[in-house]
Amino acid sequence: MKSNSLLIKNARVMDPANSQDEISDILIEGGVIKQSGRNLTASGVAVFDATGLIACPGFIDLHCHLREPGFEDKETIASGASAAAHGGFTTICCMPNTQPPLDSASAIDYVNKIAARDAARVTVLPVGCITRGRAGQEITEMIELAEAGCIGFSDDGSPVSSARVMSIAMENAAGLGLPVIDHCEDLELSRGGHINDGWVAARLGLKGIPAAAEESIVARDIALAEMTGVRLHVTHLSTQGSVALIRNAKLKGLKVTADVTPHHLTLTEERVINNPVKTDTLLAYDTNAKVNPPLRTAADIQALIQGLNDGTIDAIATDHAPHTREEKLCEFETAAVGISGFETAFGVLMTLVNTGEISLNTLIAHLTAGPARILNNRRGISGTIKPSARADIVLLDINREWLVDVRDMLSCGKNTPFDGYTLKGMVVATIHGGEVAYIHQSVRISR
Amino acid sequence: MSLYEAKLSAAGQGTLPPLSIGSWQHKHVLDLDDFSREEIDLVFEIADGMVEILARDVKKVPTLRGKTIATMFFEPSTRTRASFELAAKYLGADTVSLDAVKSSVAKGESLIDSLRTLQALEIDTIIIRHPCSGAACIAAQHLETSIINAGDGCHAHPSQGLLDIYTMKRQLGDLSGKKMVIIGDIMHSRVARSNIWGTRTFGISVVLCPPPTLVQHGMSEMIERCGLNHVRIEHKLDAALEDADIIMPLRLQKERQPSGLIPSIREYIQQYQLNPKRLLRARPGAIVMHPGPMNEGIEISHDVAYGSNSLIEQQVTNGVAIRMALLYLISGGKNR
Ligand SMILES: [Zn+2]
Repeated sequence: MKSNSLLIKNARVMDPANSQDEISDILIEGGVIKQSGRNLTASGVAVFDATGLIACPGFIDLHCHLREPGFEDKETIASGASAAAHGGFTTICCMPNTQPPLDSASAIDYVNKIAARDAARVTVLPVGCITRGRAGQEITEMIELAEAGCIGFSDDGSPVSSARVMSIAMENAAGLGLPVIDHCEDLELSRGGHINDGWVAARLGLKGIPAAAEESIVARDIALAEMTGVRLHVTHLSTQGSVALIRNAKLKGLKVTADVTPHHLTLTEERVINNPVKTDTLLAYDTNAKVNPPLRTAADIQALIQGLNDGTIDAIATDHAPHTREEKLCEFETAAVGISGFETAFGVLMTLVNTGEISLNTLIAHLTAGPARILNNRRGISGTIKPSARADIVLLDINREWLVDVRDMLSCGKNTPFDGYTLKGMVVATIHGGEVAYIHQSVRISR
Repeated sequence: MSLYEAKLSAAGQGTLPPLSIGSWQHKHVLDLDDFSREEIDLVFEIADGMVEILARDVKKVPTLRGKTIATMFFEPSTRTRASFELAAKYLGADTVSLDAVKSSVAKGESLIDSLRTLQALEIDTIIIRHPCSGAACIAAQHLETSIINAGDGCHAHPSQGLLDIYTMKRQLGDLSGKKMVIIGDIMHSRVARSNIWGTRTFGISVVLCPPPTLVQHGMSEMIERCGLNHVRIEHKLDAALEDADIIMPLRLQKERQPSGLIPSIREYIQQYQLNPKRLLRARPGAIVMHPGPMNEGIEISHDVAYGSNSLIEQQVTNGVAIRMALLYLISGGKNR
């Protein structure tokens, strides 16, 4: 019995790229999709009875932090990959803010090598730095980075302040046909800020990060993208104004795409002071809700959801950012920034489906076909389950309720604002290249 | 004479008598946002007794004998610290003071770890001052020991808020219908925030009068969202001072100018200094308070700071009384 062959029976197959939504079997052979249709049989192949489950393409995450090399106490490529598989992801793009940063071909090679050795259960695609040392001054040897296999360029977390340096990088990336992935933030305007510049900041005596810190750089990047012809991907949009800017850029026909995170779609700035599942009444300064860009307002969430529904936003990305316990168990102002997001992403996003704000098809499209388009089908990442595609499939139980408990998380980073939440919609199994990368204890594959 | 003062003088020079503190709900004092009017009145009632003790030749009572109170200051302060330590000593408590600015932080020890060390030493109450907003709240969430917030970043300074309101009340009596103006750097002021919360049940209207750059963008929405209907913002000082009964200029940190938030100290003085001429716009007999330390000649002129309207010295004495009352309530609340 070949390990990378499998027959999935009676699943509701949802493949947004092919507008498919029907009960079907899927036969996987040799790690690729062989066939889908009713009443398939095969001999000598393990069978997965997926009655009542949804089968869709494996999720693709355009933005995560695996921390290796350099910060292995927060996460390793191995632990991050396990967490990703637990969350239904079969392809993850890791950001280059490691130590050393991924600003050279040898650093990219290193990540590829460790990923091949320790993380075969998911596909890890490194993002290369825009500038050397992420210092915003001199651009990296982008051609060599591309040859080493990076899928785009970003100085995530330390965005390039100089429009001149950014435009040079964009010209190079345009020549390579690779996207520039920007974390849009005017660092001068956001300096000293910890949460959204709104009423909660005034309440808590914290300096705020205004929406304009993001929007002014989104606007700058769009202008530079128009000038250079680069594919610009704006990551983790958080404000109403940013959505409008992206919408306009698309109307103009520019090659601009965008993603949004599960937490920016579901939590507001108020989560910092108010945890719905916690009963004690002390005023919270919840460091698990400290993230950059910060959690915004209900109006921003509405605009982001609208952006998902009208096609302005192409993908949902986790910005999985694991940290150690100590880095969050401290004063709010000194706490590390970020949310460990792989393992809660699907359940959290299902709250939008369960309340009718987005359709299940829209959700799945933004986790599969949408990000695949931005990756331009590189390394065989198709975001579909059509015959001959690599067999990356996730099985979902959309009716199953589960309790988020950080002790169940496979990521080393337990920093999530969703601990204790009950979510409806669960990843049951993740199949990567025909192999089972994750399977919930309640299901069984019959041999 | 209040009921409490009566009990106190009946008890003579000895201990403080047992007192019904049924309305006292606090294990910690973190801010005034969770103080009911009954609790504030109780603090004031006990503070009246403490004021009486402070007027004696021998100020010491053994009420908190056997209790250990630690002050842990992660940011330099002589006044607030001395006020708390005196309060503890007058009540007979043992005090430990940790200069956290130099010790643990320099060694890279975390806030929670340093506080856990104190907890292990069986300290009864920890008085903490910290440059980060929320530090006292975070401490309270992770420790069993009672925490009194002696100022955390730009968030809260509850004992200061209480002593300010107490000072107003002793001077003006009933505060309903009175108008308070807080002038200056609201953005960075924990004192302003605690005064806003503390005054909300007194029928006072509070006008915040900051330069436009020294208040958070979200302040108006905060006022609305938190139901602080007695507060409004007015950027023009002359308009704000019209009919004011209580005026509190805030300290202007000199580093606000190099950081670009104000164009010059000179312009700030011109626009926002409380001077005798401006004071004329307020009601006759209006009181002037300052949370200290003052920058004389910047936010307040010398003549006003030491003039007949000034209650700045009374604030210092009342501060000790209020802190004695808080320590008493915190300790009593735990043992009864
Ligand atoms: Zn980022």
